[in-house]
Amino acid sequence: MAIIRKKGIFAGVKLPENKITEEEPVKRLPLPQKVIIPIQQNIGAPCQFIVKRGNEVKVGQKIAQSDKFVSAPIHSPVSGKVSKSTKLVNPATGALLDAITIDSDGQDQWVDLDSILKIEDIDSWEDALAEIDRIPPKKALEKIKEAGIVGLGGATFPTHVKLSPPPEKKIDTFILNGCECEPFITSDHRIMLEYGQHVLLGLQIIKKILNPSRLYVAIEDNKPDAIAHMNKLLEQMGLDEVDVVSLPSRYPMGAEKTLIKTILGRVVPMGGLPMDVGVVVNNVATSKAVAEAVLEGKPLIEKVVTVTGLFGEPQNLLARIGTPISALVSHCKLRERDQYHIILGGPMMGLPISDLQFPVNKGLNCVLIKEGYADDEQNCIKCARCIAACPMDLMPLKYPELVKNSAYSQCSEYYIANCIECGSCAFVCPAHIPIVGYIKTGKKKLAEK
Amino acid sequence: MDKNKIIISHSPYLWKGFSTAKIMYLVVLALLLPAAAGIYFFGLYALLIIIASVATCFLTELAIKKLRKKRFRNDGSAVITGLLLALIVPPRMPIWMVVVGAFFSIAVVKEAFGGLGHNIFNPAIGGRAFLAICFPTQITEWIEPTYFRLDAVTTATPLSPDFTYPGTQAELYRDLFFGNTGGSLGETSALLIILGGILLLALRLIDWRIPIFYIGTVALLSLLLGQQPLFQVLSGGLMIGAFFMATDYVTSPVTRNGKIIFAVGLGIITVLIRNFGALDEGVAFSILIMNAFTPLIDKYLKLKTLGLQKKKEAS
Ligand code: SF4
Ligand code: SF4
Repeated sequence: MAIIRKKGIFAGVKLPENKITEEEPVKRLPLPQKVIIPIQQNIGAPCQFIVKRGNEVKVGQKIAQSDKFVSAPIHSPVSGKVSKSTKLVNPATGALLDAITIDSDGQDQWVDLDSILKIEDIDSWEDALAEIDRIPPKKALEKIKEAGIVGLGGATFPTHVKLSPPPEKKIDTFILNGCECEPFITSDHRIMLEYGQHVLLGLQIIKKILNPSRLYVAIEDNKPDAIAHMNKLLEQMGLDEVDVVSLPSRYPMGAEKTLIKTILGRVVPMGGLPMDVGVVVNNVATSKAVAEAVLEGKPLIEKVVTVTGLFGEPQNLLARIGTPISALVSHCKLRERDQYHIILGGPMMGLPISDLQFPVNKGLNCVLIKEGYADDEQNCIKCARCIAACPMDLMPLKYPELVKNSAYSQCSEYYIANCIECGSCAFVCPAHIPIVGYIKTGKKKLAEK
Repeated sequence: MDKNKIIISHSPYLWKGFSTAKIMYLVVLALLLPAAAGIYFFGLYALLIIIASVATCFLTELAIKKLRKKRFRNDGSAVITGLLLALIVPPRMPIWMVVVGAFFSIAVVKEAFGGLGHNIFNPAIGGRAFLAICFPTQITEWIEPTYFRLDAVTTATPLSPDFTYPGTQAELYRDLFFGNTGGSLGETSALLIILGGILLLALRLIDWRIPIFYIGTVALLSLLLGQQPLFQVLSGGLMIGAFFMATDYVTSPVTRNGKIIFAVGLGIITVLIRNFGALDEGVAFSILIMNAFTPLIDKYLKLKTLGLQKKKEAS
């Protein structure tokens, strides 16, 4: 157990941090009167609803599932009655998404949970860790799957799939990702400070499943309190084999490929996954959810969401999934402006929405409202700043030009698929070209072919 | 919240705010150093040339944008072209000719290709080349530095075969370095050009590879040809070309390796023209030639994205 310091070895950019909610403890948002549950909340196969209008549901009751492996079931976040089915616009694709509305009865009645222990009540780490040791890895994986856990950093890839690498991929390193490199967002930071035990118990469970020889907790050095706290907890819990890595706060440090390159010096092949180089990366919020699922039997029904930007009272809220964004927005007191951007996620990679009824979903970690401005795209002056900023060593300036000329196949010659859409290029572009918008269009057109 | 107050646009929602206009006006600031040297050595007439050139470039761009019903952006690029052109014409060039050159720079070399970002050749050098074709005598009429006196004595530039120097070699280098010699309006003072160049480098406005490899190649080749490298480097438009013209973003390659190839190419062509060509001075033409190669360099020097090598190894 040690704190290891690493230098940044990818391009990327230095961003203004704007972590205005850094010191705000996580507060529980009052139970919503109704929740809206979109059917697709994970990457991979979509679920099917298994409840109908008029059905009574309890908190934690499974309401949607799929028999495909790469999928994660969905549970009711409130107790009450399914009142109607609706449609939502998927902000990532613009397509319509099935959803159901559940009216809460305000009782918050839970289903019986298959609980081994309550994390809050633990008084001996030794006993708790011994308890974890007794759980067969298969059982733990099953519980993670049944709890509907997906990558909570925003990727929403089903966690049980990530933790079941094919046998030919030998995993030697696990990285717990506490990097929160997007400006404004502080949910993971607060989770590490306030739910550190949950996070590390989750790490312990993942360790049992993957059996890696090296374990790291990766945190950027703009969160010294989180680094110190994690290190202290590791000491208290006696987890000597885990190292905390202190990383420079350079964007996009938290992206898997840049993180792995920085910590291990390994390069994930183009088109490949971290497991191709023997690594699995999970976000701290996901790890917390893993601990709650395996130890407390709790399915994923709530999330810590940073509500920030143009607010009188920006906060970190523990909100039930399905809560309409409007409830979070009015809770935090939005300030008046003429035009707004409403962003799900951070300012660099977030998705815009226009409908405040859109709900909190599994992938959401931040609602950011910024003053809106219209695009002001100018001609590319070939200054190469985008090239210098790109963490994936791409030539971002090529994409707007090629996409405008509908030369999509040429985008592949410039490896467009390897772009992680981090937005570093557009951030530095003096001509204010929405490069990522062009990249998304280019990828979409290529996929259609 | 009122729905029509919500704007939908693509991420990111953060912008560094270092705009094209800011970049260009910082370059203008750096260019004021050699411009000041030009006025100091060649008098108020030099100032007149500068004003005429900048005003013509600016107004030409404004008029063309208006005619084509496109938005005119005061992004500073026309001011740079105007300044640069003024700095690379002889210090007694008739004003009306300067106006013709400036008009050509913007109207033909820049706007006819589609405006900023689309031009292939550096507009200022294109304008100067046009002047050389139209007015071959006036473009080679050099004078000794007059300071603020009115009488002008014609002279040869240091690179001309007729050039003679009365003083010692140390004095020659001193004059070349400070700019007390015949030549274009703003190319003579290596000192102030280098100061401007250092400003550009310090503000990270230009990539060091182009000036360093360009000047380095000229020095090395001159040495191999048995010439005085320092003399070659300090004379002619090399300094201003290397720091202010070859580094033009639009007309130079975008990748680091591309910039090195470009700069070495410039050095080779400059030395070839100086030694074996009909002209005394090769900077302007070598830049035009390498400008023409830039799209090709960019096409064939693609970057290798992270993980590409790994992927090839795996398959
Ligand atoms: S940063 Fe913008 S202006 Fe500069 S080369 Fe890239 S796309 Fe062009
Ligand atoms: S091209 Fe893609 S990976 Fe590179 S900086 Fe732009 S968004 Fe990020």
